[in-house]
Order: sequence, then structure tokens, then C-alpha cells
Amino acid sequence: MTVAPTPAGKPRSVAPLWRDVRVLRVAAQIVVVALVLLIGWLLWSTLSDNMAASRLSFGLGFLEQTAGFEIAQTPISFGSTDTFARAFAVGLLNTLLVSISGIVLATLLGVVVGVARLSRNWLANRIAAGYVELMRNTPLLVQLILLYVVFLQLPSVANSVQLPGSIFLNQRGLFMPRPEAEPTFGIWAAVLVVSVLIAVAAARLAARREADGRPTYRLRTLGILALVALPLVSWLVLGPVAFDQPIQERFNFVGGVSLSPEFAALLLGLVIYTAAFIGEVVRGAIQAVRRGQVEAAYAIGLTPGQTLRLVVFPQALRIIVPPLTSQYLNLTKNSSLAVAIGFADVFSVGRTMVNQTGQPLSVIALVMGTYLVLSLVTSLFMNVYNRRVQVLER
Amino acid sequence: MRRPVLVPVVLLVMALVIAACETAQVTPAPGDTPPPGVDTPPPVGDTPPPAGDTPPPNGATAPPGPPTGGILAEVRSRGELICGVNSNLPGFGFPEEGTGRWLGFDADYCRAVAAAVLGNPEAVQFRPLSTDDRSIALQTREIDVLIRNTTWTLSRDTEWGLFAPTTFYDGQGMMVRADSGVQELTDLQGATICVQSGTTTELTLPDQMNALGVDFTPGVYGTIDETYQVYESGACDAVTSDRSQLVARRTLFANPDEHVLLDEVMSKEPLGPSVPFGDAQWFNIVKWVVFATIQAEEVGVDSTNVAQMRDTSTDVVVLRLLGAQDELGAKLGLDNDWVVNVITGVGNYGEIYNRHLGPDTPFNLPRGPNELWTEGGLLYAPPLR
Repeated sequence: MTVAPTPAGKPRSVAPLWRDVRVLRVAAQIVVVALVLLIGWLLWSTLSDNMAASRLSFGLGFLEQTAGFEIAQTPISFGSTDTFARAFAVGLLNTLLVSISGIVLATLLGVVVGVARLSRNWLANRIAAGYVELMRNTPLLVQLILLYVVFLQLPSVANSVQLPGSIFLNQRGLFMPRPEAEPTFGIWAAVLVVSVLIAVAAARLAARREADGRPTYRLRTLGILALVALPLVSWLVLGPVAFDQPIQERFNFVGGVSLSPEFAALLLGLVIYTAAFIGEVVRGAIQAVRRGQVEAAYAIGLTPGQTLRLVVFPQALRIIVPPLTSQYLNLTKNSSLAVAIGFADVFSVGRTMVNQTGQPLSVIALVMGTYLVLSLVTSLFMNVYNRRVQVLER
Repeated sequence: MRRPVLVPVVLLVMALVIAACETAQVTPAPGDTPPPGVDTPPPVGDTPPPAGDTPPPNGATAPPGPPTGGILAEVRSRGELICGVNSNLPGFGFPEEGTGRWLGFDADYCRAVAAAVLGNPEAVQFRPLSTDDRSIALQTREIDVLIRNTTWTLSRDTEWGLFAPTTFYDGQGMMVRADSGVQELTDLQGATICVQSGTTTELTLPDQMNALGVDFTPGVYGTIDETYQVYESGACDAVTSDRSQLVARRTLFANPDEHVLLDEVMSKEPLGPSVPFGDAQWFNIVKWVVFATIQAEEVGVDSTNVAQMRDTSTDVVVLRLLGAQDELGAKLGLDNDWVVNVITGVGNYGEIYNRHLGPDTPFNLPRGPNELWTEGGLLYAPPLR
């Protein structure tokens, strides 16, 4: 009678706390957080102790100071009296310039290589395969230095090669005329807009008349004619653009626009290296589209070109995009190898800044943060694109 | 389900902790007053430095910070000196072809320090460094001493480490092709000029050219080899650096005779060793090793007569220098025959200079300002007593 009966309403779980799964789950997370915090604290205190010992400080105040050094490749004007912040901006712009043009060109070349590797044409097939194996299996740094050394072997300034259209090639780069807008450029641009509007209006009108079954009177042709003729004639009359020609002086070409051998070597190196990987991605993706899809396309009478364009590629794209994103990120990060060939990208400007400011941690953190942001933005765009491609799924 | 929540929480907490650490550093703890003569309170973190653990050696000049093991003790227990050097500059720091033995004026000063500290001039681990890497190597104490044709400036003296006396008084020069017709800096209007990044010469170049009103295109390269290769290929019209370096690198060109140095000297470039912050004893050792080589030349002690001079000289200056009188070595924490070891190992200043840069070398650099003060130069050692 002294034994209390087990009440029916008692909660089912009678296990002690240390065996309660719900408690354990939370406890495990708390332990992990504590560990992470401890490690973080240890790293931080070591860092701050050592920084104090070597009189280093962490801060970005130096960015406002005068840089004092020159930069060889400057997309925006830069002189030694500008600030470190502007020097960093010059480096960032150079990185963006080489990364974005590299991504565009590498994609184009990569798709060509990928398709060529699947070609039934023996020569195209073999060349593409050889290219891929050569580029994939040698280090990018070696390729870059090789390219740069080759560019340095070009003729000297005095013996520049003159290409048609006042273009000069020598070991200091490719010098081209630079188009410059004249005051009349605005008028010409207005004419261009008007002629586009005329052509669009003509095409719309033609379409409407066609739908109603009325004669179109070659409206479309007239519209296209207006689109070509009006800007052309006004271009000749107005001369909206003048060219600043490169002129050879005692040491260098002055004026015009130039492409430095450092930039050219880096861009070319990144493009041909990354295109080999992109080519493999494209080839793999095309081969991953099921054979039945192609056969079905042929069965409904599509030509091989149409099959590739309308059936195979849209499906291959789903497979291509994620690995392609990785290649874009690689290309952007690999552009930091510019430091080996004297191109002033964000990393090589950063290295100079480390030395001239004596603030290695701040500058390196800044450079790392920059690459991180660039990569995350690239990923973001590619993920958005990926989702759009995926939505097209049946 | 839980992880997406957990990760931001962890990040947030870490951010808070980091922020807390930062604020903790900004406000100095009570009783944490900096010693007089130091501008900034030392960011020593939460724990005050244990007092009396390591007494500041030689008192006054010890900078604040956590106690250091003492580089001298570290070098002794390691059995060798880690010396940051240039690996591509004949005459100063260069591995000899075939043997790989490090040769050069700077390399011999590494040996001099090793001889003074360890008694063995060959107990040196040479650490080749680029211009951009050398400051970090010094700041992080990857090296015990940096002897890498490094110019002493105020910024570097306060940011990189402490600079010991100048071993080589240099100036910035400009090298051009002999057939270019360039006679002086102003002739370089519109030229492309190669310069190595992370150097004082990189900073002096725009200063000087702007002052002269000369527009130029810079060619900035990360390594010494690249800088001179690009210049030699013709992609630069001129290359600028310390004059000694220009002369030294010219000997590596295919046709050294086709290149000339302009007469103009663009800047002062005092080159010398530097040591990490925070160890006054070590700073003194390196400083006085340099002075000892200068003093030895001044009093006529060289590697051939050092033993004899110690035993037979009657000059108290020589006797003190060589440890036959007084205990100067002990004051530095070294053996009393430290100077004997240095002079036996590498010789006096003049011997080191002549071995690597003198008339019997391809460089044949005149001593110029690197003569003793008694000969009209700038080398002047304070009294060793």
C-alpha cells in the first residue's frame, strides 16, 4: 500500500537529463560554440600579443596617407602623390579588368574547345584534346612566365611592327589609336537613336499589317535601310569621333591607347589555361545529355545544328553552370599570379603597400577581403543564373 | 534544420568577442601606464606583463611588449644564426656558382655576427628574402638579423625593426644604355624606367623626377632578377637602384660595357643591418660587431695579425678591442674574445670590403664615403671601452 501507483498522466520521458536526446542536442551545440570561441580567442590573443611585441598595429588609417610609389598599369590616373586608398583602387580595377575580360574570353574559347573535342573531325578533335592536356597539366605560373618572356622578345620600340590602321606592336605593348568623342558626338548619338526607333516602328507596323493580311510595302527593308543609312551618312557629315594616334617619340609611343605586355600575358595565360578546364566541363555536360534526346530531335526532323542549339545545349547548361562557377572563381583568384610578371593587380599593389606601410596584417586582410567579395559576388550571379536555367526544366 | 541557425549565431558571438577584445585594447588598464618616452600604450591584452620575469637588458632602450626569450639565448641554443640576405646581388649576397657558398659583403657581416655570438663564422643559416618579404620576416622574427642591402629610414626604424649602424653608404643611381645618348636625368623625358617594388628607390624615383619636371613611365617589378631582365631586354630605357647594386648587376649582363651609370646621385641610401624590436641586448651586439670591424681597421688589426696584436700590442685601445684588457664582451653577453673571433673569421671592414667590392673584384668600387673618417670617409666607430 505504500508503493505509489504510477500515474497514467506522467510524461513518457523519464530518462535523466544526460540521456535526454533533446538536452544532448542543445548541449552538443553549446560545447561546439564554446570550443569555437575558445579557439578564436586563443588565435586572437596570440595575434594581439605578437603584434604588440613586434609593434604592429591593426588599422586602416594608413589608407589616407600618400602612397609615394608609382604603378605601371593605371586604368585611372594615379601618381605618387595620391593616397594608398587610390593605389588600392587602381589594383582592384586592374584585377576586375583582367578577371572580367578573362571570364568572357575563356568561356567563348572553352565552349569552342569543348565542342571541338566531341567533333567527328579528326583534326579538330585531336587538336582540342592536345590543347586541353597540355594546358591542364602544366602549372599556370610557368605558362604566364613563358608568355611574358615571349612578349619581351618582340621588337624594340625603334623597330616597332606597324600594323594597318596606325597600330604598333613592340616589346612594350600594343599601341592603338584611341577614339575620342567630338562635340558633334551627341548629335550623332541622337540620330542613331532616332533611326533605331524608325526601324522598330517600321517592323511593328509591318507585323501588324501582315497579321491583318494587308500589304507591307517592304516596310521592314525600309526600316533596316534607315537604320544603316542615317547613322552612316550623319557619321560622314558630322565626324563625331576623332582618333588620338600613337606617335613615336624618343623613348616611347605617346598618345593612343596601349595594351601592356604584362596585361596581355596575364590575360592570355588565364584565358588559355581556364578555357582548357571549361572545355572539359562543356564536353562532359554535352555527353551527359541522354542519347535519346538527340535521337528524338533527329526523329522530329531537326538538323544537327538545331539539335545542338535547341535540345542538347539547354540541357547541358544545367550541368555546366555549377562547375563553370568554380572555374570563374579560379580565374579571378589565379589573376593574383600577376605578381610574378609585374602586372599591378590588387595583390601586387597590396604587396608593395605592405612594404611601404609596414602594416602586413591590415593590408593582407584587405586583399583577402577583396578576393572574398569578388568571389561571393561572382557566385551570387552564377547561382541566380543557375536557378533560372534550372527553372526551364520540364 | 538547426545548423543554419547555429552558424550565424556562432559568427555573431565571435564578432562580439572580437569587438570586446578591441575595446579592451583601446582603453588601457589601470596601472598599465607606459614607461616614459614611449608614445603609445602597448596593446598587451588582458594580462599585464609579468614583472621581474626578464629584466630589461641594458635598461633604457628596451621597448615595451611581452617578455622575449632573448634572441642571443635563442641563437645560442639553436647553434646558428638566421640571417636574412639578398640572394641575387653579386658583391653583397649571392650563392657562389658551383659550391652554393654564400658570398658577399652582407653575407660576411652575417658571418661576423655569428663569429661574435657563436665563435664560428660559418654557423649561419642564410635566408634569402625579396624586398617585399624582408619587412615581414623581420617583424615576425623569422630571422635574427636582416643584412640585405636595406636602406635605413625613419619609417623603417619605427615600423620594421631597429637599424644598426650603416655598413655601406650608398646613393641611388640610374643606369642607361651607352648608345641611348642619355647624359643626365632630364634627358629621360618620356622614358620607361624599371624599378623594383618595395624599395626606397621606388619612392625616391617619382620624388626626384617630379622635382625635375620629367614625365616618365614606371615599370615596377617584384623581384630583382625580373627588374634587370626586363631592363636588359630593352622594355625599359633605364633602371634605377642603389649605385652599388647597379654596378653589381651590370656584371651579370651579356654585354656589361653597353650600360653606363649617370653621374647624378639621386638620394642617400645608407645600407645596414637591422634587428627585430624588443631586444636591446641583441641590438647592441649587432651594432657593436659592425663598430668592431671599423675600429679594427682604424687601429690596424686584421685577420693576419689579430692573434699577434692581442699578445704583443701595447696600445690599450687595441688591447680593449681584442679583449686582452677589460671585459667589454661580457657587457654584451658575449665571450671576451668576440672581436678576435670576428676578425679571424671575416677580417676587418677594409678586408670585407676589398674581398667583395674592392679593386680585385669585377666591381672595383672606390671606397668613397665608405673610407674611415681618418681617411676622409664616413666610417666612425664610437670608442670601445
